[in-house]
Amino acid sequence: MSSMKLDKISIEYRKEILNIINYSRRGHIPPSLSIVEIIRVLYEDILNISSKNPFWEDRDRFILSKGHGCLTLYVALAKKGFFPKEELYRFCKSDTILGGHPEYIKIPGVEASTGSLGHGLSIGIGFALNARLEKKNYRTFVLLGDGECQEGSVWEAALCASKHKLNRLIAIIDYNKMQCYGKISEVLELEPFSEKWRDFGFVVKEVDGHDIKALRKVFQNVPFDDKKPSVIICHTVKGKGIPFLENNASWHHKSGISDEEMKKMFEGLEK
Amino acid sequence: MRKTCLEEIYKLAKKDKRVLFFGSDLGAGTLEQFKKEMPDRYFMEGISEANIIGMISGLAMNGKIPYLNGIAVFLTRRCHEQVLLDAAMNNLKIRLIGNGGGFVYAPLGSTHIAFEDIAIMRAIPNMTIIAPCDADEMRRLIPQTLEYNGPIYIRLAKGGDPIVSSPENPFEIGKAIKMKEGKDILIITTGITLKLALDASNILKDNGIDSGVLHIHTVKPIDKEAIIEEANKVKVIVTVEEHTITGGLGSAVAEVISCANFSESKRFSMIGLPDIFPEKYGSQNSLMEFYGITTDNIVSKAISLFKS
Repeated sequence: MSSMKLDKISIEYRKEILNIINYSRRGHIPPSLSIVEIIRVLYEDILNISSKNPFWEDRDRFILSKGHGCLTLYVALAKKGFFPKEELYRFCKSDTILGGHPEYIKIPGVEASTGSLGHGLSIGIGFALNARLEKKNYRTFVLLGDGECQEGSVWEAALCASKHKLNRLIAIIDYNKMQCYGKISEVLELEPFSEKWRDFGFVVKEVDGHDIKALRKVFQNVPFDDKKPSVIICHTVKGKGIPFLENNASWHHKSGISDEEMKKMFEGLEK
Repeated sequence: MRKTCLEEIYKLAKKDKRVLFFGSDLGAGTLEQFKKEMPDRYFMEGISEANIIGMISGLAMNGKIPYLNGIAVFLTRRCHEQVLLDAAMNNLKIRLIGNGGGFVYAPLGSTHIAFEDIAIMRAIPNMTIIAPCDADEMRRLIPQTLEYNGPIYIRLAKGGDPIVSSPENPFEIGKAIKMKEGKDILIITTGITLKLALDASNILKDNGIDSGVLHIHTVKPIDKEAIIEEANKVKVIVTVEEHTITGGLGSAVAEVISCANFSESKRFSMIGLPDIFPEKYGSQNSLMEFYGITTDNIVSKAISLFKS
């Protein structure tokens, strides 16, 4: 389990998530906090994208298959200029573009509508096949939740990605070992997890999902094989950065968050 | 009908590189020529419908036009959520071609009988649903699917069905075809039951009753104007479909005519499978007969409503 100390930028990301929650008083906070470093590194250092031209054909594609982690994605997209930062504070309001799960077309920079789990990897296969048909070099990154990997469709997609030797398709797993009800190991165990992916024909890498340098290094080195898709299993902590949220199943999704709880979250954020 | 459909897709693919063909686990040799001549655009992806809908949606988001052929129940029931969220919510140009619409797979039981496929697909916003009546109509339909916007579900019949359509009736997606005009009774149908409706209309004529026949090949979006215009002329309306009466053509027509608020009241009846799982095996014809989806039943329903 990661004990990485968060740097200033990672804390700023989390503060912005809390600022959003301060307005909405609802959301999937811990599932967003576990993927901050993954999304931060992708958007700051890895993805070849342009907010001025969101549908640029040669862009890298990123799909947040665990759509409920969208708070972090929204912060990253606003930072990159895909939409004005003020929109963040209208999260889940009646006429915002930023709903509780991200939607394609509605939100500039969002590549797929997700929220129901087990969809993103298959859509990513479509993107990767398109690159092959069009002889383009873009990469497709798909971030999945660990609980999401309990969906059978994920493994249909894994068979398919492997069959087509989609080496420019990279699955990333937020392996925080928790799901809504509690521990993955107690609800529906995924282990031996890396072996499963290897058996399905993927190159498997494992990394501390809160270690910026390690994430940068592993993402910069994809693809790892000419003929295999990759999976990067990121060991993370659900709720990372706010101690009383960490591994606390009762916070998976919250609504009606009180002033006191808000204060406690801001205070709990690592300084 | 299926053969014609696949031949037409092949022709589209030859002239337009955006066209891709997908199957799940089709019969050996399906579209062999397509595979030979355009191997990079031919995909046989295995028994994994949820994944296939996701991947063809991903391709459609990048400008491709994928045509997916499979057994109707597996394209509508098995991967409903992927069809709804991945494709329809984004109004993507995917084309789903369902083998064995209606009671074609009667001997295989409810796992394979597509008795509620239209109802499932009708509930999906942006979805277009088309049930051609014969192979000739299929030949007129497929070229129009290339530039048509949004997802389409095409319901295939058994094949070798009698030709009842005519090139004189221009085919346009979304536009009902007035096969016969009548002043007493209107029979509204979709797919291969058009033949039953036309035969029934001839028998009614022999009985001195003037009946019209409206062919709704596109069940969604339904041609409200044509239904209201034709229904306005008659006192009795009978719908006929090889499908459950819950949520299918009959329901769609009932929605239209009940909201039309005609000044004179109408008598209305739906012929189709009642709200039950099919209880018998046998053949497509025997199952249709068992549930009264027959020319004789159309005639007797129409006469009893007309005379009551």
